[in-house]
This record gives sequence, structure tokens and C-alpha cells, in this order.
Amino acid sequence: MTTMTPSPTTGTPDPIDPATGTAVPQTHLPAYDDDAPPPLPRPGLGKPSPDERFALIGSWVAGAALAWLLTQRLLPLAGLPWFLISWFVVGLVVTGVTAGITGGMTEVKDRVAAGVITGAALVTGAALVSTVVFVTMRGWRAALNLNFYTSDMSGVGPKDNFDKGGILHAITGSGIELGIALLITLPLGIGTAVFMTEVGGKFATVVRTVVEAMTALPSIVAGLFIYTVLIVALGFPRSGLAASLAIAVMMLPIIARAADVVLRVVPGGLREASLALGSSRWRTVWHVVLPTARPGLATAVILGIARGVGETSPVLLTSGAAAFTVTGPTDGVMNSLPLFIYTNVRSGEPQAIARAFGAATVLLALVLVLFVVARLLARPRGNRPTLRARLAGALAPNRAAR
Amino acid sequence: MTGDRTDVLPSIGDQHASTTVIPAVPAVPAIPAAPSGPPVPTTASLEAERVSAWFGQRKVLDRVSLEMPAGRVTALIGPSGCGKSTFLRILNRMHELVPSAALAGEVRLDGQDIYAPERRLTDARKAIGMVFQKPNPFPAMSIQDNVLAGLRLTGTKIGKGEREGLVEESLVRAGLWLEVKDRLKQPGSALSGGQQQRLCIARSLAVRPRVLLMDEPCSALDPTSTRVVEETIQQIAADVTIVIVTHNMQQAHRVSHQCAFFLAAHGTPGVIVEHGPTDTIFDNPQDQRTSDYVNGRFG
Ligand SMILES: Nc1ncnc2c1ncn2[C@@H]1O[C@H](COP(=O)(O)OP(=O)(O)OP(=O)(O)O)[C@@H](O)[C@H]1O
Ligand SMILES: [Mg+2]
Repeated sequence: MTTMTPSPTTGTPDPIDPATGTAVPQTHLPAYDDDAPPPLPRPGLGKPSPDERFALIGSWVAGAALAWLLTQRLLPLAGLPWFLISWFVVGLVVTGVTAGITGGMTEVKDRVAAGVITGAALVTGAALVSTVVFVTMRGWRAALNLNFYTSDMSGVGPKDNFDKGGILHAITGSGIELGIALLITLPLGIGTAVFMTEVGGKFATVVRTVVEAMTALPSIVAGLFIYTVLIVALGFPRSGLAASLAIAVMMLPIIARAADVVLRVVPGGLREASLALGSSRWRTVWHVVLPTARPGLATAVILGIARGVGETSPVLLTSGAAAFTVTGPTDGVMNSLPLFIYTNVRSGEPQAIARAFGAATVLLALVLVLFVVARLLARPRGNRPTLRARLAGALAPNRAAR
Repeated sequence: MTGDRTDVLPSIGDQHASTTVIPAVPAVPAIPAAPSGPPVPTTASLEAERVSAWFGQRKVLDRVSLEMPAGRVTALIGPSGCGKSTFLRILNRMHELVPSAALAGEVRLDGQDIYAPERRLTDARKAIGMVFQKPNPFPAMSIQDNVLAGLRLTGTKIGKGEREGLVEESLVRAGLWLEVKDRLKQPGSALSGGQQQRLCIARSLAVRPRVLLMDEPCSALDPTSTRVVEETIQQIAADVTIVIVTHNMQQAHRVSHQCAFFLAAHGTPGVIVEHGPTDTIFDNPQDQRTSDYVNGRFG
């Protein structure tokens, strides 16, 4: 065998058979050059090149300038809205043109589509952010007082200053109404989902269709239903309990449907494994299916709560509004956050309106917290690092890098 | 069966008249059994007699008879789609979980038909455990709880001290104890595939089954894990009757005492072509198709 320099791709080359002069096939062992510099990752992999970025930014800047010229100088379309609209249109055109300079039709379509989609995302985001900002801007002065959270509106007039009165009664009312609604919908909703996934059959299909249709039930109808049945027909007074029932009607399909989706993704192999051990169907559901789906079920429940906490029309018809704190669900009229917002915004007094926006801020924060909790719970259990592990990782950065 | 001869089945056409169809019974939730410790394991023989199976209108097994003697390993081999899994699932009444499934014939555990109306479904499954192709430990349970899952799921109560003993014993029998004894509280899904499969074997063994069915238990595993599982099978074979489906001829050769070769000719239901002692099936089969299959010439 002659000595030859190993090439990095093939390692040692095939030796030549002296008798025939042809290469003898053999396997190769990799060769490494120990003196070569260590491998460095290529920079900017998977990111747009500087040229592309320049073209993108340049196009939109050019679009802005053109749009300004068009709307503010040439056409009688003064004002921000017209500028924004024409910026979007002109920007798209300029992007298309610059893409056309360097590339073909595919490039043009690609860039324009990217522009349209980004624009849509920005509009959605802006709508959301501006809602939150607008509400907070108008409500923060009321919401920054401590008494806003510790006292109710009994004996406080609509013109009184922010250092008097608060929304304790509305928060308590919302809490009680939601609590009762949850007591009803949690077992019923998850029970319905278990029925739909584990029992199956024709009737389950019917139930699933009804549940899906009910998720689109207008909330005013839910309110009317409880109002006519409980208050008009059966003669019960307006109360927190009636409001809870109306909210429960709204929450039930949401929870049942979300839980149904969650239960359906539990692998069938787990059910089979459990049954093969000699388990009954209900023990399988209780000990295997529900625990496996637990994080998803928690999310389903929180989605239901988030829906129920903001519903106005069911409580509007069924609970009546009190200015003082009521804790008994059957003790007559009870206020809640959406109802408080509704009545105060309509009063016309600037102070009352500010209080309504303060309450709206609280409600928004509440829903936000609920969604964050839902997201946290929805993460798979197995590979969720514990807090300590995450801290340890953060405190010892780049140890593995070298 | 006599000596070293294999039996060629089926003897065509003579049993047709006596074949009756039993529609699959839906799973009925059973009343939990009275609390008692797990029964002492005793091996049992399993006997399938003239088992036919349907999915809807399609017949997938035709009068399959096989004796699986106590304390021995029986391997089921045959090309894909010939009904090995279906046959295995009939042996512990998992077949009837499929809504359209129907079956005829008898499966006898120590001489008693497990499909008899007075026998409880859950009792049959408790006595005849199953390990699946894909490892499926319960993700919401720790390793220890996975091993004990069978007790919890069947409503069997045992004392705390006994419980620890059972966990250790089952894991030792499944060949997993040394690898997990320091982390019994960790989730079962945090193990490697091979470890998960052995955990599933331990889970099945903890309810002290008399028969253990395994459907391609090693097909998702690497060679090393496969070897460990095979060793496990050989060790537990003394006290548990084992029926294993495998596509791996060497594996069938290594672990089994007797072999049954299944075949479904195009468009016809699956049948057992030949069965008998493993060595004879591999070295001196009577049927040409068996010889072709075990030597890798078709399938
Ligand atoms: N749930 C089912 N519904 C309808 N037909 C089925 C079902 N399960 C299996 N079959 C059919 O029954 C026949 C036997 O299937 P089976 O799973 O028993 O084959 P197998 O021998 O285990 O194959 P493999 O080696 O690929 O696992 C196949 O033709 C298959 O299409
Ligand atoms: Mg199979």
C-alpha cells in the first residue's frame, strides 16, 4: 500500500491492486486536520442579505415620501388616515418595482405578498394595542387610587372625586358569579367532552354539533333565556345566581368544545394500554385520559372563564346593578365589572365615565392574567424546565459554548 | 403435538359447519373487584380453537387453532397484514375494541373459554397482559406509578410496604431496576425508548399476568435495547407464558420455543400454514412456503 495524502472528503484513497492495476474498493476512515482553525458558524444564515434589507427599508421610506407628497401636497387629502393608506399602497408598489429590478415575477409576488401580510398583522396589532392604550389612558386616574379597589359605590355620587368610592362591589360580584358559573360548567363541560370522545356514537355526534353551534350563541340570547325562564316564568328575583346561570350558558359550550379537542389528542395507545391491564373504561378515563390531558383541560377552563368574565348582556338582563357590595348569590341585585362599566359609561358624568374606564382597565388586566396563566398551563409537562433549572441556566451562560 | 414434527394447518373444509359467529361485545365497565393482593403467579396454557375474525364484512382470520403451552415462548411470524396482531388481540379480548370487529371460535385459558358470557372482560385482560409495538408509558405518571398503574386501574389495593416490594420486583424482572432505582419519582416519559418498553413490560408484570402477549415489542428499539428485552423475555418465560409477534427471524429463533407461521394469500383471510418447535420450523419445515419465508425468500 502506497502512502497518499488523505483528502478530507474521502479519507484515505483506495489502494491500487498491483496485479491488475485497478483500485481495490474499501471503506474509508475520516481524516481530521488538527491544525486547522476550529469551525465557525456562517454569519447571517437564514437571514436576509444586506442588499435585501436595504431594498426593503428603502422601498418603504420612498413610499412614505411619495405618499406624503401625494396626499399632503398634490391631492386635497390632508390628514393621517389618508397618508397611512396611501403609504401602504405606494409602499407596496415601490417594493414590487425594486424587487422587479433584481428579480423576476416570483420575487415581485413574494415581496408584495410579504408586505400585505405584514401590513395585516400590523393593523391587527395596532387595533389591539390602541384599544388597551385608549382604555388605560382614560381610566388610569381612577384606577390609581387605592380606594378604587377597597370600597364600593354606596353613598358615593357620580360627581364625587376619585378619592371616594370604588369597584369592590363589582369585583366581588364578578368573582361570585364566575365562581358559581364555574362550579356548574367545570363538571358539566368536561363531562360532556368525555362523553363526546370516550363514548362516541351517533348521539355523541349530535351533541358535538349542538355544542359547536352553541359556541356561536349570541350572549344576549343566553341572557334572555335565563331571564324568561327564571325571572319571568318562575318568578325569581334578579340576582347574582341568575346572572351566574346566564354566564354558565355562555361558558359551557366553550369549555366543552375546547376540552373535547384536548381529549381527542390523547393518544389512543394510552387508552389501549390501560384497558389491556384489565381496567374498566371509566377508570381509564379517570386515571389515564384526564391526567394526561390535564394541562390542556386547564387551558380550556381558563378560556371559558375569560369568556364569561367579560360578558355584559347576560348579566344586564339577569342581575340588576347594586351600588353596594352583595355577597349572597340569592340576595337580590348584584353588580359585576361589565355591568358597572356599562352603567357608568352611560351616566354622562365625566367622573363616572373615568370610573368606568378604570374598571375596564381592571377587567382587561384580569383577562390578560387569565390568558397568561392559560398559556403557562398549556405547556407540555414533561420538558418544562423547573424554575431552579432555568435560573441555573441563566446564571451560568455560555458554559457549554466553548 | 408429537415430538419434532410440525403440524400443517388447517385441515381444509371439515370444520366449516361448526363455525359460529359471536358478535363483539362492547366493553362494559366492570364493578371493581373486592380488595385483595395480586394473585400468586402461576403459568397457564392458552389455547385458541378455530378462531375466525372479521372487520366489518372482511374476514381476516380463518379457523386458526394454536396451543400455547404454559411456561413457553410462542413466536408468531408471517408477512405484514396476515393477521398476527389481530390474532394476538383476540387472545386478550382487545379485538372487540374495534367497533366493526366480530369473531368466532374459542380462546381457552387453562381450559376455560375467556369469551364465555359469565367470564368478566377485565378478568381476562388482567390474566393476559399485553405489551405493544410502540412503548406507551403513561406520561402523567412517575416511573413508580407507571409500574403500579395496573393495580390502580383495576382497583386492587395493597399495603405501602408491599407496594415498594412489587415495584422493585417488577422492575428487576423487566431488567430495568438498576437503571431507574434512583429516579423512581421521575416521569416515565423521561426514559429512552428501550427503557420505556421495559417499563411497559414491568407495568404488565406488576399485575401478575399468567400470559404476556407482545406485539413486535422490539421493532422501535435499537439492537442493544432489543437484546436486553430479549433477555428479559427469556428470564420471565419460566413463570409467564409468552406469545410474541416478530418480524425478526433471528429474534424468533433466539427467544421462542415454538413458532407459528401465519400467511394470508392474496385476498384471502389469514391462516396458520405451519407451527411447531422453533428449530424444526427453521431447519426442517414441511411446507415449502414456510421454508421460503424463514429463509427470506418472500414476504
Ligand atoms: N381496525 C381495523 N379495521 C379494519 N381492518 C383492519 C383493522 N386492523 C387490521 N385490519 C386488517 O386486518 C388484516 C390483518 O391485520 P393485522 O394488523 O392483524 O396484520 P399483521 O399481521 O399484524 O401485520 P403487521 O405485521 O404489518 O403488523 C389486515 O388486512 C388489515 O388491513
Ligand atoms: Mg401487526
